[in-house]
Amino acid sequence: MVTEPIAEPLDAPSPRVPFDEPITDWRHRHLLDVDTLSREEILRVLSTANAMAEVLDRPVARTPALRGVTIFNLFYEASTRTRSSFELAGKILGADVINVSGSGSSVEKGESLVETLNTLSAVGADAVVMRHQASGAPWLAARTIDGHIINAGDGQHAHPTQALLDAYILLEEFGDLTGRKVVIVGDILHSRVARSNIWSLTTLGADVTLVAPRPLLPASLASGADEPEHPLALPSVRVESDLDQAIVGADAIMALRIQNERLRGKLLPSSAEFARRYQLTAERVAKASPEAIVMHPGPMNEGVEIAVDIAHGPQSRIEAQVSAGLAVRMAILFLLIRGGA
Amino acid sequence: MTGILVHGGRLIDPASGLDERLDLLIVDGRIAQVGADLPLPPGTEHLAASGLIVAPGFIDLHTHLREPGQEHKETIASGARAAARGGFTTICAMPNTEPALDSAAVIDGMLQRARDVDCRVLAIGAVSIGRRGQELAELAALRDAGAVAVSDDGDAVADASLARRAFEYLSDLHIPLAEHCEDPAIAQGGVMHDGAVSARLGLRGQPAAAELSIVQRDIALAEAAGAQLHACHISTEPSLQAIADARARGLHVTAEVTPHHLFLTHDVVAGSGDDLLYDTNAKVNPPLRTESDVQACIDALVAGVVDAVATDHAPHAAVDKQCEFDAAAFGISGLESAWPVVNSLVESGRLTLSEAIERLTIGPVRAWNLDRGELSGLGTLRVGAPADVTLLSTDAVSRVEPDSWASMGKNTPLAGHTLSGVVAATISQGRIVWDGREQ
Repeated sequence: MVTEPIAEPLDAPSPRVPFDEPITDWRHRHLLDVDTLSREEILRVLSTANAMAEVLDRPVARTPALRGVTIFNLFYEASTRTRSSFELAGKILGADVINVSGSGSSVEKGESLVETLNTLSAVGADAVVMRHQASGAPWLAARTIDGHIINAGDGQHAHPTQALLDAYILLEEFGDLTGRKVVIVGDILHSRVARSNIWSLTTLGADVTLVAPRPLLPASLASGADEPEHPLALPSVRVESDLDQAIVGADAIMALRIQNERLRGKLLPSSAEFARRYQLTAERVAKASPEAIVMHPGPMNEGVEIAVDIAHGPQSRIEAQVSAGLAVRMAILFLLIRGGA
Repeated sequence: MTGILVHGGRLIDPASGLDERLDLLIVDGRIAQVGADLPLPPGTEHLAASGLIVAPGFIDLHTHLREPGQEHKETIASGARAAARGGFTTICAMPNTEPALDSAAVIDGMLQRARDVDCRVLAIGAVSIGRRGQELAELAALRDAGAVAVSDDGDAVADASLARRAFEYLSDLHIPLAEHCEDPAIAQGGVMHDGAVSARLGLRGQPAAAELSIVQRDIALAEAAGAQLHACHISTEPSLQAIADARARGLHVTAEVTPHHLFLTHDVVAGSGDDLLYDTNAKVNPPLRTESDVQACIDALVAGVVDAVATDHAPHAAVDKQCEFDAAAFGISGLESAWPVVNSLVESGRLTLSEAIERLTIGPVRAWNLDRGELSGLGTLRVGAPADVTLLSTDAVSRVEPDSWASMGKNTPLAGHTLSGVVAATISQGRIVWDGREQ
């Protein structure tokens, strides 16, 4: 999508994307999660992503919008799609993008996160895209250095750009999410994708249902939770344990990745039993709305949480999710760095 | 002869029910005389206490001094200085040092180094060798070396068979097993309370059931063995109910709560601002719980189901807290904020002043039967008792400013809180160790 031969000057202005105009309607310095974004702000990101998609459709997908900007990709966990998509997003926008991983750097020598961030700041990082295994690490980063922090996934907590690209796909499909029924099924407990999607989907007016066996559900979302009205709680959504019931009439179904080690008898009896109760199969998807779409944040365990024919069938938007990720991440980098306080 | 006349204060001695404006004369490290308008004997220091409460020195059943082994976090001397500033005159040092206090020799060494510090230091021995939970330490030798209780605090005695044998063995040693009530198989490395806030923050939670599981197990084991269970830092409503039931049945079960579990909920981990805080200074084990748990802790303290407020003072170096929440050390530095926190319950009318002082003085003494031998009279202001005295204000307001603390551990989620209640002066074993002025 970006490797066409050069046919026009690198910085040919786009007629439709006002890259040179100052951004005055974006107030966020960081993207830590989607919980602080209003409906209008989410839509602003997605319309910017639309403009970015147009850039990507050009013969030469390049724009100098972030020329002179230095972005560090600081990844403490393995990642293929998120990392490469952020790297490409920065490069398409003309930024210098430097990758730092948890291995092959001073991180391996025991350097603390705070020290690493200070180092990146000292060498002139304008923005740090970070993925970290500890929930909350990007919040620590935002308090530690001046640059923009973009959360590319923290522990079991948040994955805001995934939620935004999921919203992009859903809005592309349905136009408006008000009253649309979205089912998220699988390992909710350990899923940063689920947590962020709960925020953005409810903000956009969708009717969200979580489906999981009790060991894969945060205690506070299970029935009989001790503080259901807690002001810090996740937004209130429907929770079901029976996928066959929950999926009826759904407009979209998101399957979540489940790690194999969680299927070996400690959290759940077995992979086969999980698949029997929670796998997205053709039979189950048939109970959803006829126009329903199927999503998955990847990487998939085909044959566990999702059947192969569904993953690659006509209702699947899984590849489109990956493509949308690039435009959404370009939009986030652009809005934060050019507009964000 | 050295003496101090504490003059003009309001004496409150919960052990005797005394609450009157009286003077207190200290001679040679003991309380020599209590009475109205005592004359100042020649050569005696005069300590003005007008407008202040004169109470027995506080006794902390649960203090972590990091010496030996982690002197960059706290030393015996700095911890004792923090105790004096907090109004504590006796602190019981938990054995999770390096090496652990699991032999008479290590306890001896610790107590030697604690001889000339600013408060009395008592030792708590380890239940198991190295606190590893595998083989029993020489519990009788630990007691003979001075251990007033045994504990593997920081961890529960997770192995039920070892816990059973420990209670049995302790049954004729007459010291309690002070249990850290957390079943590791249930807690599974949870870093905060398992609830609405942990779900929001994506942090692994440890459920209330992890505490209840060990409380119930130990009540059964202590009852069967005829030994004493002391439940440390209880934090949840169901555990307090189980303890209340056991006590109602006449079992020898005692318990403590910490100031932080009486005052803070798991909300403080997230903070109250727009941005989530992930406040590592609020990372503590057992974790801060729900509002109804806080109320249950207060109720249990009021009802006397809980014998003592104990600080679980757990000082850490700044680097142990300036990191990701998962990586941060557990613990709150608590000696120097205990009184204002407990006093807040007096202010809100939940406890009387006398009850509040009771839970910090004679309450813990009775729980562990410390009123014996040369400690006879500990926790009281009766004539002949050790001259451990604390001068308190209930209405002076101050900000919690850990940077000005004596403790090397500045780790507290209370930093910046404005609370009323100040420790104006502390006398430990007849010596003024704190007079409100930094040296």
